[in-house]
Amino acid sequence: MSHGISRRDVLRAGAAATIVGSSLAAPHVHAQGTGGRLALGLWDHWVGAVANDALRAIIMDWGQKNRVEITLDFITSVGNKNLITIAAEAQARSGHDVLSFPTWMIHDQQRLLEPMDDVMGRLTAKYGAVNDASAYLAKIEGRWLAVPQTTGSQFKGSAARVDLMKQHAGIDVQAMYPAENRLGDAAASWNWETFLTAADKCNKAGFPFALPAGTFTDATDWIGAMFAGYGANLVDANGNITIRNNDKVRQVMDYAKRLFQHIPNEMFAADDATNNRALISGRSALIFNPPSAWAVAKRDAPDVASQVWHFPSPMGPASHTVPHLPYFFGLWSFSRAKSQAKALLEHLSQIEQVQKMVDASVGYDIPAFASMFDDIATWRNVSPPAGVVYNYPVRAHHKAVPGIAYAPAPAEIAVQMYNQGIQAKMIARMVQNNEPLDRVLAWAEREVEGFKRG
Amino acid sequence: MADGNLVMQGGSARPQGGTLARLARKRSTLAFLMTVPLLAVIGGLVAYPFFYALYLSMLNKRMTRFIGLENYTFLLSRETFQSVIWQSVLFAVGAVIAKALIGFILAHVLHELPSKGQRKWRGMLLVPWVIPPAVSTLAWWWLFDPSYSAINWAVATIGIPPVAWLGEPSWARFSVILVNVWYGAPFFMIMYLAALKSVPDQLYEAAAIDGATGWQKLRHVTVPMMRNIISITVLFSLIVTFANFDIVRILTNGGPQDKTHIFGTYAFQVGIQSGDLPLGASVSLFMFPILAIFAVFVLRGVTRRSKEMAG
Repeated sequence: MSHGISRRDVLRAGAAATIVGSSLAAPHVHAQGTGGRLALGLWDHWVGAVANDALRAIIMDWGQKNRVEITLDFITSVGNKNLITIAAEAQARSGHDVLSFPTWMIHDQQRLLEPMDDVMGRLTAKYGAVNDASAYLAKIEGRWLAVPQTTGSQFKGSAARVDLMKQHAGIDVQAMYPAENRLGDAAASWNWETFLTAADKCNKAGFPFALPAGTFTDATDWIGAMFAGYGANLVDANGNITIRNNDKVRQVMDYAKRLFQHIPNEMFAADDATNNRALISGRSALIFNPPSAWAVAKRDAPDVASQVWHFPSPMGPASHTVPHLPYFFGLWSFSRAKSQAKALLEHLSQIEQVQKMVDASVGYDIPAFASMFDDIATWRNVSPPAGVVYNYPVRAHHKAVPGIAYAPAPAEIAVQMYNQGIQAKMIARMVQNNEPLDRVLAWAEREVEGFKRG
Repeated sequence: MADGNLVMQGGSARPQGGTLARLARKRSTLAFLMTVPLLAVIGGLVAYPFFYALYLSMLNKRMTRFIGLENYTFLLSRETFQSVIWQSVLFAVGAVIAKALIGFILAHVLHELPSKGQRKWRGMLLVPWVIPPAVSTLAWWWLFDPSYSAINWAVATIGIPPVAWLGEPSWARFSVILVNVWYGAPFFMIMYLAALKSVPDQLYEAAAIDGATGWQKLRHVTVPMMRNIISITVLFSLIVTFANFDIVRILTNGGPQDKTHIFGTYAFQVGIQSGDLPLGASVSLFMFPILAIFAVFVLRGVTRRSKEMAG
């Protein structure tokens, strides 16, 4: 009986094919008529499916028009899964082409990220400069290593109860920051001392400000803005420790001690949800937060939501800093689809797409280009009350600056101070443990010295 | 015959094929081949990560230079890490002692129950252990919640002022240990119950004839007979408790003032969140040599006692 092909022939042919396949450096050839493949791992939005779907629709539409096959994963930041994914892909030099990088991760992975100067050059030419906090986090040694991302980027200014602030602190927050491009008369005195008086009065009335003071980001961000407001840098831009002999640090610590007389002790154990719950449940007159607490209140406690007003955090003697927490699109240098990725990221940064993302997130998401704020209607239209988030983005007339805690320290030191909540711990030691200020400052200096290790 | 090196029984004496064929017919080869999947899993998921972590822990922060044990000496010089060591020991040893005591008592109580009702109680007491710890810890977090603590609400009804369970360092330490004990005590209970059931009744009868009291029976019969299982459960639990992560991460995130950080949570904060993987690896490997030595001594004791009992 004759066989067309024997088992031995198949094995021989297979072995030959394997050798040929492994010997030749096969070029990366796309299927005819396609623009290649692009894998993206983007932040899974807290707002949920609505925001993710809006972003997905934009990206898929772009993919279809440009014949690029898109793989899109939404990666949650719950349990720091996004950080673990970034670390794993960096170790494996494999994975997605583009990932969403939270605040400090661009500096962390700078050696593996593709420069984005070309994209950012065109975007800044069109939309103007990016805010300083984003530049600090993503522009390293003069080169952009990421593109600021609208989805997930947020400010953490004041979210206050209009009625409670008026009734107990005598401050009309709507008149102070009206939903238009001007400041009310009282805005000039919206500083940390006024804030302290208001905190005292609201606390006595049974509606304490819910200001977390643990090591979660809500605590780190507002405390960082307060330190920046007093010009109290723990480390300067050159990496020098400026703690013990720094009068500004002593000044802000003295202020913090006075402020925390009016903040519940339980706030030292608060996480990022504690302040939200305090506002939503009607137990607090003010928190520092993006409009996520208001959005939940709108659904679960509409009476509370209709009394919420967003506006900048107080100004300090040195600066008026509003906490900013940006996300970035980073492109791995090991990606095989760099040109497609850059084209997509540039497309996503155009105002037409940004508008859709801001809309889907009901105003939560913030573009890095302040020039877009007036052209995007969402912040004007969202209600109740009408104009609730108009002053949520830091607008030019606020005369405030978006800031990230621990800037301008070199990022490799700042990220450690940030994640270990050094400023919050300094306050906790002084307020909870009643430690003398000098001992607290000496402790902080020793801690920060350890972070300078290369 | 149990000699794995012999050719399969009943096989032909005539040599078939070369060395490879002979090798394939050996029982030991077959046994090895059958364990290959397990060895691959252990190699890939235990051995490789361990040695990789060891390698990582000897690199500088940027992972560009080999620095030997410098990360470990650096850690030992840090005030925060010194307190992490103390807290990890307090957490693990405190929790294991409490779990062992509670498990021991519960096992005796269950052992004394009639067998009909025993099954029901055994099932109920095992519930904390079978719930995924991340879920049960979240429930505890709600009980301890800074603003809406159910425990505080309950104690307020009898006039006790609210306690900052997670906000005050000593209470926070107590709380994380309590949750670990709640979760882990059923494991001790079930192991000790199994050990109790294996103690021959004749020993108790003999002790009773000799006039032994309940305490003397416990001390001279029960405990010696359970010593091996106590050693193994304590060793196992100590290792697992030292490696705990989720309870502290969910309840306190290491706070307040780092007073509840343990190796796992501190390693995560340093390695993943702050982008210093080598230092994070060093933190997580820190207890390995101490636990390994402890394990060797405990297991040697177990082997010795087993031989004595067999002899």
